[in-house]
Amino acid sequence: MLITRKAEFSASHFCRLAELSDAENLAIFGEEAHPSGHGHNFVVEVSVEGQPDPITGMIVDLKELKDILEHEIVLPMDHRFLNYEVEPFGKVVPTTANIALEIWRRLEKQFQAAHFQLARVRLFETPDLYVDVTHPVGQ
Amino acid sequence: MISLTRRYHFPASHRLHSPMLSDEENTRLYGKCNNPYGHGHDYALKLTVTGDLDSETGLFMPLSRLDEFVRAKILRLFAYRNINVDVPQFETLVPTTENVVKVIGELVCEHWQEYFGDLRVRVSRVHVQETERNGFELLLAAPEIKIASAERNESVMVHA
Repeated sequence: MLITRKAEFSASHFCRLAELSDAENLAIFGEEAHPSGHGHNFVVEVSVEGQPDPITGMIVDLKELKDILEHEIVLPMDHRFLNYEVEPFGKVVPTTANIALEIWRRLEKQFQAAHFQLARVRLFETPDLYVDVTHPVGQ
Repeated sequence: MISLTRRYHFPASHRLHSPMLSDEENTRLYGKCNNPYGHGHDYALKLTVTGDLDSETGLFMPLSRLDEFVRAKILRLFAYRNINVDVPQFETLVPTTENVVKVIGELVCEHWQEYFGDLRVRVSRVHVQETERNGFELLLAAPEIKIASAERNESVMVHA
């Protein structure tokens, strides 16, 4: 059984590789490459897998899940410039896919301690574009 | 696993009418959708791509390439068109959304190599939303194609 909780953060970013020219960056990343940066209202849906506890009827304590999302995603990323203020995006291009992978990594670490089984991270950059990360992570 | 889903929109009109059935049977089966003048929807098409993420760019591909592919091979055929009249695949095929998603899936598969043969990416899912309440999806897990009609709780297997 899956339970999904949603969180939102608004952040700015740009997607470009320093070693490439403006024209090359534009060809790869489109408008996302503009060096001044721009923003999105990111929406992340985090799904946890498990069975309802026979006593509480809950898969997870939603308060605990909400706190983890708040600490790992919203507080560090909301109203931030990802390239300058959030690791590893000083070096890694903050594409939707890379942000989703970073959210997966951050949550997985915390979920192990909380005995939550992370099933899926779905990150919407806009209502028309999202990335899903599920097991096994990678390619 | 990592996948990226991009949503596109196309307004189009259609009429559900099977030449194999009598007028009475068509009316009974398709109801309002059998209106002789047709009617329209704002369709939403979602394509899900998966495969190798370029480790340097963090992209499966420049999104402009995907957009250009969808524009050239799908939207150009369907957007602002009457599906029964303007899309050749529907000359003899009833344009139910099941058939629309199937034809779009076939077009995607037919032209994918030509556009993305240089990359290790593939389409894993095609989803067409006819209205907020009706969505149909094709899961492309080679070598067979699965059709699941989410809202009606049916699923059909089609061998590619």
